[in-house]
Formats: sequence, C-alpha cells, structure tokens
Amino acid sequence: MSVLDSKTPSGPIKDQWTNHKNNINLVNPANKRLIDIIVVGTGLAGGSAAASLAEMGYKVKAFAFQDSPRRAHSIAAQGGINAAKNYQNDGDSVYRLFYDTVKGGDYRARESNVYRLAEVSASIIDQCVAQGVPFAREYGGLLDNRSFGGVLVSRTFYAKGQTGQQLLLGAYSAMNRQIGKGKIKMYNRHEMLELVVVDGKARGIIARDMVTGKLERHSAHAVVIASGGYGNVFFLSTNAMGSNATAAWRIHKKGAYFANPCYTQIHPTCIPRSGDYQSKLTLMSESLRNDGRIWVPKNMEDVEGIRSGKIKPKDLSVDQRDYYLERRYPAFGNLVPRDVASRAAKERCDAGYGVNKTGEAVFLDFASAIERYGKEKAYVLGMHNPTDAEVKDLGKKVIEDKYGNLFQMYQKITDDNPYETPMMIYPAVHYTMGGIWVDYNLMTTIPGCYAAGEANFSDHGANRLGASALMQGLADGYFVLPYTIGDYLSHEIRTGEISTDLPEFVAAEKEVYDRLNTLINIKGTKSVDHFHKELGKVMWDNVGMSRNAAGLKEAGEKIRKIRDEFWKDVLVPGTMNEFNPELEKAARVADFLELGELFAKDALERNESCGGHFREESVELDGEQKGEAKRDDVNYRYVAAWEWTGDPAQAKLHKEELEFKDIELKQRSYK
Amino acid sequence: MSENMKLTLKVWRQKDAKSQGKLETYQLDKISEHMSFLEMLDVLNEQLINTGEEPVAFDHDCREGICGMCSLYINGEAHGPDRGVTTCQLHMRMFKDGDTIYIEPFRSKAFPVIKDLVVDRGSFDRIQHAGGFVSVNTSGNTIDANTIPIPKEDADNAFDAATCIGCGACVATCKNSSAMLFVSAKVAQFSLLPQGKIEAKDRVLNMVHQMDLEGFGNCTNTGACEVECPKGISLENIAIMNKEYFKASTKA
Ligand SMILES: Cc1cc2nc3c(=O)[nH]c(=O)nc-3n(C[C@H](O)[C@H](O)[C@H](O)COP(=O)(O)OP(=O)(O)OC[C@H]3O[C@@H](n4cnc5c(N)ncnc54)[C@H](O)[C@@H]3O)c2cc1C
Ligand code: SF4
Ligand code: FES
Repeated sequence: MSVLDSKTPSGPIKDQWTNHKNNINLVNPANKRLIDIIVVGTGLAGGSAAASLAEMGYKVKAFAFQDSPRRAHSIAAQGGINAAKNYQNDGDSVYRLFYDTVKGGDYRARESNVYRLAEVSASIIDQCVAQGVPFAREYGGLLDNRSFGGVLVSRTFYAKGQTGQQLLLGAYSAMNRQIGKGKIKMYNRHEMLELVVVDGKARGIIARDMVTGKLERHSAHAVVIASGGYGNVFFLSTNAMGSNATAAWRIHKKGAYFANPCYTQIHPTCIPRSGDYQSKLTLMSESLRNDGRIWVPKNMEDVEGIRSGKIKPKDLSVDQRDYYLERRYPAFGNLVPRDVASRAAKERCDAGYGVNKTGEAVFLDFASAIERYGKEKAYVLGMHNPTDAEVKDLGKKVIEDKYGNLFQMYQKITDDNPYETPMMIYPAVHYTMGGIWVDYNLMTTIPGCYAAGEANFSDHGANRLGASALMQGLADGYFVLPYTIGDYLSHEIRTGEISTDLPEFVAAEKEVYDRLNTLINIKGTKSVDHFHKELGKVMWDNVGMSRNAAGLKEAGEKIRKIRDEFWKDVLVPGTMNEFNPELEKAARVADFLELGELFAKDALERNESCGGHFREESVELDGEQKGEAKRDDVNYRYVAAWEWTGDPAQAKLHKEELEFKDIELKQRSYK
Repeated sequence: MSENMKLTLKVWRQKDAKSQGKLETYQLDKISEHMSFLEMLDVLNEQLINTGEEPVAFDHDCREGICGMCSLYINGEAHGPDRGVTTCQLHMRMFKDGDTIYIEPFRSKAFPVIKDLVVDRGSFDRIQHAGGFVSVNTSGNTIDANTIPIPKEDADNAFDAATCIGCGACVATCKNSSAMLFVSAKVAQFSLLPQGKIEAKDRVLNMVHQMDLEGFGNCTNTGACEVECPKGISLENIAIMNKEYFKASTKA
C-alpha cells in the first residue's frame, strides 16, 4: 500500500499556512493572462474560486448545469456560516474553532487543513460584508451570531434562514463583475462529462451543452472540480434534484483517489417523508435546535393517542414527555452534533415512540422558546403583567424574525402551523464528508486537477459541524485555491494554449459519445428513476444510519445487480442532440450506481464507528458511554483513499495515516 | 381530504425554440393532495415514459423555493394559485378532484422558450453582469466586518430586497413584461448599504440600460408583480430605484 503525500508544511501548526504562502511559487501578472483555468461548479466553492482566479488575472471558464451560477445548490443552505471572530467575547478563537471541528469530525480530519480553515474563517466574514452581503445585525448595528450543534460558543453568522442564498449571491456578484469584464466565460446549462488527461496532467474537459446536446471540448492548464456532494446516491436527500457525483466520479475514474466515501451526514431535523411519490426531503435548519426542544412521549399510550389524532402534543405535560437529548446528553442537550442527534431519534423511533403514522418522526417544539422570548420582550417593553396571549404573540414575533422562512416552508409542505403545534422531524441524508482526496494544496492525485468545497474530502472528518460547509466552500475558493494553484501553474507558463485537437481530447469525447449513445439505445422497459429509487432503498436500508458487515456485503451485491439491470433495461426517451433531462439523469445515475458500491465497500472496510459512520459491531459496552459509538484509533486512524482499477469492487485502498499533534485524541463525549 | 384526485392537464408542448408549440391534454389519477405540484408532474412523466411518449421538460432543482429554477404559469398565474410560494412549493391540496389545470411556460420576449415549459432567463444574468455587484476584490484584505455598523433596519430591508430568487414570475405576470421588480431588488439592496453607495450611480444606469436592451417592457405601476412574487419583494424597491435613477441621471 502506498503512502499518500499530503504535502502538509512542516513547523508549528499556527505558522504553517503563513510559511507555506511565503514559499509558494507565484505566477507573474503578464503570464497569468496566458493561463486558462476551468472551474466546474459555481456554488460557494466554485463561484468564489472563479471570481478570485479571474481577479488575479487568469482566464477562467466556469461551468454549471443550472441556467445561472446563482442557482447552484449552495443557495439552499439555511442556517449560517461559522467564523472565529469572537465578537460575542465568549472565549472563541482560531484554536477553539479548529479544536471543535476536529473533535466534531471525530478525529478523522487532517489537522493542518482544519487549522488553516479556522485561520481564514474571519476573513470570509470581512469579505462578504464588503461585498454587500446583508447578514443579520443587532440593534447596535453590529453583526449578530447564533449557536450551532457541537460547540459551546456563538460563532455562527447568518442571514435569517437564507444564509447560503446571501453568500452565494455574494460570490455570484463577484463572478458577475468578472463576467462583465470578460475575465470569466460562463457556460450555463453545460455538464462536464469527462476529464481530459494529457501526459498525466489534467488538460481539459468534455462538456455537453444541455440545450443543443452538442459535446464540446474545453482545454485549460488546470481544472478545478467544485461540483458539490453526492448525497443523492440515496435518491432521497436534502440535496437539490440535480446534485450529482458525475464530475467527481469521472475524475476518480481518470486517476483521482476517492476518500472516505462512506462518511455521510444524516441530518436530524428534516421533514419526514409523506409517500412513495416523494422526490426529495426538506431540511429544517439546525439553527432551530437553538430554540426548539426535541421530544417524544414517555408512554406508549400517548404515542398511540397522538398517532391516531386523539390527543394533541400540547395536551401532554412536561413530565409525560421524554426530552431524550436533554436526558442523555445533559451538557449539550438539544445541541449535540448531528450524528448523535440522528441516532438518538432513530433509537426512539425504532423503540416504537415515533409520533406520526409511519412511526418515523419526533417532535421539535418551540413552545418554551416562544414563552421565554415573549416574557423577555414584554419586560423590555415595560409590560409588567402581560397576559399569556400577549406573551405568546410577542414570543411568536421573535421566533418569526429568526426563522420566519423556515416556519413558512414547513407550513407549506405539511399544512401544519409550527407556531401552534410542534414540528415533526426525522433524520435525512444531507451532506457527504467523503469526496475526492486532496493534498494541502487541494490538488487531487491527478496533477493539475483540484477539488474544492463539498466535492473534496478535506476538512470535516467523519462528521461535519453545522455552518462549516459554507465556511469551507468560501475558504477554499476565496482564500486557499487562489494561492495554492499558483504553485503548480508557475510551471505552466511556457506551455502555451492547449489544442483541443490532441488525440486525448478526441478519445475522451468519443468515450462520452459512446456512453450516452449506449444509454439512449438500450430502450429497455424501466425509467431512470426506477433504478435510482432502488439504489436509494438499498443505500438507506443497509448503508444508512446504522451499518453492519452482513448488511454491507449484501448492499454491494444488490447494487451490482441493480447496475447490471440498469445497463440492460433502462428506458431513456428522446435523442442525444436535444434538451433531454432523462438522458442527463441516466448518465448521473449510472455513476451513482458505481459510487454506491464503493461506498458500501468503504463502510465495510472501516470496522469502527466514527462520526456519521456507525458500525453496530463497534459500540461502548459499559461505563457512562454504554451504547455510544466507539472509535478505533489503533486500527482506523487513517483516511481511506480508493484508487479506481476498473471495477468498484476491486478498488485499491491507499491509507493516509492521520497524525494528531495539536489535539489529544479522545473519545467524544457530549454528556 | 383526498389521496385519489383525478385531474386533466393541459400542458404546453414545444419541441424547441424554433418549433411551434401547442397545448396537449393528459389525464392523471391517484394524485395525493400531499404531493407537491412538481411531484405531480413527475407522476405524469413516469406515465409518459412508460407509454413510450416524451416526458414534459420543466426546470427545477432545489424544490424548496430558493434556487429560482422552477417557473410555470399555472391556470393563468405565475407559480400557480397559492401566494408567497414558488411552483415547487405549491401543493396539490390547492386543487380538487376533477380539476383541469393549464400549465404554460413563463412568457416574455426576453425569456425565449427552450423546450416545453423551459425558458431561457439569461437576460436576468446579463442585467446583473452590468452592475449587480460591489467592486471589491476577493483578496481578504478588507476591513474588519464590524468597522462600519449598519442600522438594523437598513440591514433588514437590504436583506428583504436581497431575497429575490431571480425566478422571473414578476416578468411573466406583468402585461408589459417589465423586469422592474427584479432589477430594483438588487439596486435597492445595495442602495441601503454603505458598501453599495459608492457605485450607486453607475450601477443603476448600467443595469437599467441593460434591462432595456434585453427587451423588457416599461413599468406602468400595475403592481401585478408584487402580488405574484413568491418572495414578497415589495414595490417599495421600484420606488427606491426610480429615486436612484433620477438622482443618477440628473447628476450625469
Ligand atoms: C438544505 C441544505 C442546507 C444547508 N445548510 C447549511 C448551513 O446552514 N451551513 C453550512 O455551512 N452548510 C449548509 N449546507 C451544506 C452546504 O450548503 C453545501 O455543502 C455547500 O453549499 C456546497 O457547496 P459547493 O460549492 O461545494 O457545491 P454546490 O453548491 O452544490 O455547487 C455545485 C456546483 O457544481 C455544478 N456542477 C455539478 N456537477 C457538474 C457537472 N458535471 N458539470 C458542470 N457543473 C456541475 C453545479 O451546477 C453547481 O454550480 C446545507 C446543505 C443543504 C442541502
Ligand atoms: S422579484 Fe420576485 S418574482 Fe421577480 S424574480 Fe425576484 S423573486 Fe421572482
Ligand atoms: S425548484 Fe428551486 S425554487 Fe423551485
């Protein structure tokens, strides 16, 4: 087994990034104009990278499958973005953010990358404010913060429940400025379907114009993949319908190692599914756990009463309720990390306490918060004996200010009013910590090919803390990649323009053509969605919140079968040379069907519980932590980076051993 | 309440930008009121695929009302009969058993049809290229974020304007196909923030100029846009933009 070189700089962790920047090769401005960079994806990571690289003088081509960069999936992020500003003076610091992120990730992230992330986090907020991002403010005019799970400080900046939207529109505006100047050429409704490698270096991509169906060759001196996460391998997730793994999977098949595919975040607070026609799941932001209390009834009769509608949740008194997070984890209560909260909800529902018809829902209740805020507000307004109704109204107003759009979203979907009755929530697939393996410079194992944002594996270990993905995306794009890419490109200044007539481009285009042509001509009997749903079911049942060896082996076999069926029996209507959403989906699902198998293989190989990856074989057997997940640092303290060998089942494992010099390795405890 | 609605759909079908389009009729049954409108179209498409017909093309992505990708003109209303929602957030409980539903694309000269219900809203992007930004480099060497306090009210109002999702319902609804609500949302956001004030003049002139070039119509204050806007973008913003435009053109 080879050793992966993470290129982590030497020296004390707090000096590494500064020293690294000082030692990096630079490209002079005149030469930057001769260098092309392709950025696939215009979410927070790709959008910020494209804008920054163009500002620096590189010629940028950016690609997105939506009709505008502004619609990348980052737009949907709700709750907030972390930064170690310590504006609240509650003891926050770069070190603490670093520590929380490594601990939250259950000690499966690379220390040096996480430290850098914490270090640049403060600049992100400065940058966004300068761009006109309207973050929430306090009455004094300064920026407001909230708390997220897994931490004891308030470091999350937000814009109501639309933080991702506002940050993405900030990056989009920075892109627009460069598009207007001709420094970025934007290719909307274009999907990258292959990477072109020439003499071992990434030299371009094959993209399909989704309006005309035409295949195009694009060359560049470096290719950045910022294509987001692969949560849709589960079919149902909180990701957008179009979110997919194709860009990442295509570079994997061309030599980029895929790291820790099994690390998936199942988010505890999502709206439960309502039927078989369900096309996606909707997140209710983690920020709600600041003010919402999670519970199920204590007694089975009450569970039945609630399910049948005979009793209302409001009818149960406090001691008839089981606030199970507060009970099990008194120190963190409702703000335990996501993986812990999700498993606890599953535990209650598996034990029969689920509160909806399917038995897969728990309550998220705002009544206490409404009362508390109402009283505070009444006091401020000088109302000394407010009535209950007045308190409630004032409290509701505060809650509306904080979470108005989420409450509206909930009500529109479920037809229930969450100001009056608790929300019903259940865990759902949300984020993928795994992804393309990258070194400290964010370069993949293919020279000249980089990965940023959710597409890479880098900063979150086995579990991501809330409000850290937005931070990572913007850190990668605004502050890391623009520096580190220069190191590689400084060797490219004499290369000159790269011809798209090279045989490698011709061959890559033919590969794509053949693949799509095959899909169209199978003319089988079942729709693409049929196969995607089958895959999703196997993933959720066997590779979901709780995993064991037998189930994982079975998953591998089942996925392989579904994949074989797919290639024999899928029905893709229409032709290649037109706007054809079914063909787009088919190509993506084909890749998910391979990724899914590697995912299960990785989960099987990792016989420990860590973060979002819970192996039933690996739990604490006694003591205070009895029943909690048990990490195995002796045998599994590494990043699993998989090399493609022609078949997911035969993927070759490479290990990057993780070193913890600045943080002591401990079992996580949120008790 | 129904798990079993029967519906008649009249859907605009158009092969591509150059072809003529027309309304086709489809029958659906077993539609649950808990479905979203787009899930109902998924059911239609599954049915079409299984009977060897071409599925209906429509734009969508987030399916939670934030990306602005979904469009659809439903029974004569942009984003359908519900208020304050996008098409993807519209639920079938707004309809009843036996209904006939007309589904058409967002129509405007500046939004050419690509296929069926999918239109090209590139004109919106081009307006943003003309001035929808603050000219600050992403170097990170900016001043500390709390150096300039901003009154909460201004920040909140800027935020409200900034929640526009660029869907185009305002244009599709307007009898003049005016894009004033969309453009004014961006202009107003920046005009309320100290960071945006510096380039206020060029911004409004350039964005309005581009808006005219794209072939959007004039605003005659009918207010239909505000009614159909899924994000509650207020007509106030148009007033702010008019003021900014007046200031900019008289100083020029
Ligand atoms: C509902 C929801 C709420 C969230 N809330 C938060 C939060 O509050 N805080 C937080 O920190 N994180 C949050 N997250 C996570 C966070 O939003 C994402 O991890 C992050 O935005 C990903 O950004 P990205 O730039 O890596 O990718 P994305 O934003 O997913 O962008 C991917 C881009 O790649 C393009 N693309 C993909 N494949 C191709 C291809 N083959 N060819 C061309 N283009 C392609 C797409 O068009 C798109 O432009 C949330 C996630 C969800 C789902
Ligand atoms: S103003 Fe409203 S209707 Fe118009 S594009 Fe923005 S969100 Fe859509
Ligand atoms: S699909 Fe995103 S707003 Fe409707």
